[in-house]
Amino acid sequence: MTAVAAQIAVDLARQREVVAALEAFLPRTSILFDHEDVKPYECDGLTAYRQVPMVVALPQTEEQVCRILKTCHMLKVPVVARGAGTGLSGGALPLGNGVLLSLAKFKGILEIDGRARTARVQPGVRNLAISEAVAPLGLYYAPDPSSQSACSIGGNVAENSGGVHCLKYGLTVHNILRLRVATVEGDIVEIGDDALDAAGYDLLALLTGSEGMLAVILEVTVRLLPKPEYAQVVMAAFDDIEKAGQSVANVIASGIIPSGFEMMDQPATRAVEDYARAGYRTDVAAVLLCEIDGTHEEVADGIRRVQDMMDASGSVQTEVSRDEAQRLRFWAGRKAAFAAAGAISPDYYCMDGTIPRKRLGEVLRRIALLESKYGLRCANVFHAGDGNLHPIILYDANQPGELARTEAFGAEILEICLEVGGTITGEHGVGVEKINSMCVQFKPAELETFHRVKRAFDEHGLLNPGKAVPTLHRCAEYGRMHVHRGQDKFPDLPRY
Amino acid sequence: MQDVIDNLSRLIREAAKQKRPLCIRGGGTKDFYGGPVHSYKLNIGDYRGIVTYEPTELVITARAGTPLAEIEAALLEKGQMLAFEPPHFGEGSTLGGCVAAGLSGPRRAYAGALRDFVLGVRILDGKGDDLKFGGQVMKNVAGYDVSRLMAGALGTLGVLLEVSLKVLPLPVSETTLHLKCAEAEAIERMNQWAAQPLPITATAYRDGELGVRLSGARVAVDAAAKKIGGAPAAPAEAERFWSGVREQTDTFFSGGGRLWRLSVKSTTPPLALPGQQLIEWGGALRWLKSSSDVKTIRDAAARAGGHATLFRGGDKTLGVFHPLPPALMKLHRNLKQAFDPSGILNPGRLYPDL
Repeated sequence: MTAVAAQIAVDLARQREVVAALEAFLPRTSILFDHEDVKPYECDGLTAYRQVPMVVALPQTEEQVCRILKTCHMLKVPVVARGAGTGLSGGALPLGNGVLLSLAKFKGILEIDGRARTARVQPGVRNLAISEAVAPLGLYYAPDPSSQSACSIGGNVAENSGGVHCLKYGLTVHNILRLRVATVEGDIVEIGDDALDAAGYDLLALLTGSEGMLAVILEVTVRLLPKPEYAQVVMAAFDDIEKAGQSVANVIASGIIPSGFEMMDQPATRAVEDYARAGYRTDVAAVLLCEIDGTHEEVADGIRRVQDMMDASGSVQTEVSRDEAQRLRFWAGRKAAFAAAGAISPDYYCMDGTIPRKRLGEVLRRIALLESKYGLRCANVFHAGDGNLHPIILYDANQPGELARTEAFGAEILEICLEVGGTITGEHGVGVEKINSMCVQFKPAELETFHRVKRAFDEHGLLNPGKAVPTLHRCAEYGRMHVHRGQDKFPDLPRY
Repeated sequence: MQDVIDNLSRLIREAAKQKRPLCIRGGGTKDFYGGPVHSYKLNIGDYRGIVTYEPTELVITARAGTPLAEIEAALLEKGQMLAFEPPHFGEGSTLGGCVAAGLSGPRRAYAGALRDFVLGVRILDGKGDDLKFGGQVMKNVAGYDVSRLMAGALGTLGVLLEVSLKVLPLPVSETTLHLKCAEAEAIERMNQWAAQPLPITATAYRDGELGVRLSGARVAVDAAAKKIGGAPAAPAEAERFWSGVREQTDTFFSGGGRLWRLSVKSTTPPLALPGQQLIEWGGALRWLKSSSDVKTIRDAAARAGGHATLFRGGDKTLGVFHPLPPALMKLHRNLKQAFDPSGILNPGRLYPDL
């Protein structure tokens, strides 16, 4: 996050021109431009950034989407695609000189093929709605971001969303087969196919997580998995974070791949327990949740081994979920972590770095030091299985300077993640939020490559411009304000 | 090792200046695969060795010239594996060639493809620039996923230097069952099983016999074996069978002639094409030995929701890989231009235009 830019005022003449062009083929009700109508679209899940769009288009058909894109391409108007607007990195932040292309009306589940275990759905379909629709077949869609009851599959593809079951079942990129997309010119292209691979370059992987900058998603064919016969969770309490971290390594080294493996530190468990009453110990340094799924026999065997390993790693208490209700209660606490943070603090800012698991103890110690440096509290939830760390910085935006301190705190956490060999974003995306941190993670030549990839799809930079990949100029400016560990990463760039 | 990179980079820069194509080569075990590249060989076999391997992180990073066998041996020692079970097609097979070819073995339909396990790459692009994408962690959405784009690109977008892969624990136990059945029934069964929570990790059907491999906890494998039925194979025989399918040393693959690889929707009924077939991946992969004309085979694959590759033999001037629709080909050309503006990296290996 960087200091929030002032909103750009809408150019009314330009607005009239664009609205007139769209009215040629869209019903009036599908075009919004009055301030009070477009205001609800001014931000996504990252509310610190707001910008009202010049125009909001709400198409209902594929043909309308293509015509909107063709029109905008002709008029050189930037387009930002938006699904449910639950993203946490400002990927769907509108542009004051652009069209916000809402795909909210594309809610159709077009085809469910139970035999082939696939579903073809429109981008506005909610993540959880897919699993609900195929539940009678004993199938489900595996990636389960915590916002799954609200977030849409199109947004999941754009961000390559994860969830708490990634270690075993993968991210969005591992669970889709095919995309039907519209290019910036409004042409339809099929990416991937109904087989397990497709001819040519792996554009399916490239488009997944591309944050709406390469194409607009019209349809997604997802893979469905058989629901595991059974699942159980071990909850383990530790009086020491390092011991908890070591127990995670021990479980992985033993050859077990848990279907979910989560850790919460004490500030997180306290917040969650007050909010959701999940049954976590709040007097310990960390709580681990380790879920094993599979056949009844497999689960019994795995749970016993995990419990033994937790005990051997110095856990002060372990508890195995007795029944499905308790298993879900254990998870409900973890899934409510962000909401719980919202309940104990006027505002919170959720970070999303990934680190090698073995560095967890060190990273958490350094975050604790930063808490005193910035005078802000931070609770940590950790997808322990895959190393994805969500520090939640608690702040109050109404206190002068707190937002700026929070942003600096967050940026410093991301640099720690990079320093230990990780990444600035595991599953939330770069968007506008982490764009400066991209300058730290990538060299100029690598950022240039990203820009060339972007131009390969979108020559004029009209799809969601300004997100995800910083310009070298921006990085030079950021570097000037913020010299990384005493080294200027851009010694050769001219300064303005 | 930096000197090896500097040298490769220099060769690429010179080639780019002179627009002189380079044929990237590791162990040369996949020379047969893809279109012909008649050009100067850029050998990456010297850039070898495991860089880091952290069993508890489930990640290995190795240089592209590292023999695949060396990587698999290191993993085996820690009870882990490359879950996509890559074919070697020869002794000198390297990690770089494996990733560039993007081929996965019998476990693919159940554990994921090679590209699913790619976490990060270090490459030299067509300008000789040394670039890193992705990383060594499992969840990473910073920047476009250039790493996975390299998988199966056959070196046309960059020279792979290092690759980080996710690895998985070896299954505790494994059983292979053989069942006699007709082709249509085999396809139906494989799809039905895949819709149930069974620990299947490979399927292959040929000559009226369906092989099914189960892997996992002993109790789970035993329970599933009862459900599936059939005759269990002795461990050595099972190993020979799956390695024969993976490495194409099985008798099915013997004899010359054209070998087609048809990647199709798993529920596709038996393909009525002249020639012999071996079915893998729960029905989603059909190997076909056939002298039928190219169009007939490609049309059949397309109708089945997939694509056909002329894997071995035959006249490569007819095109090895399935032709792409114009809009998609345009994106491919643009991407090639983005990574290799002089068009010197393995030109023609994937498509004549790239």
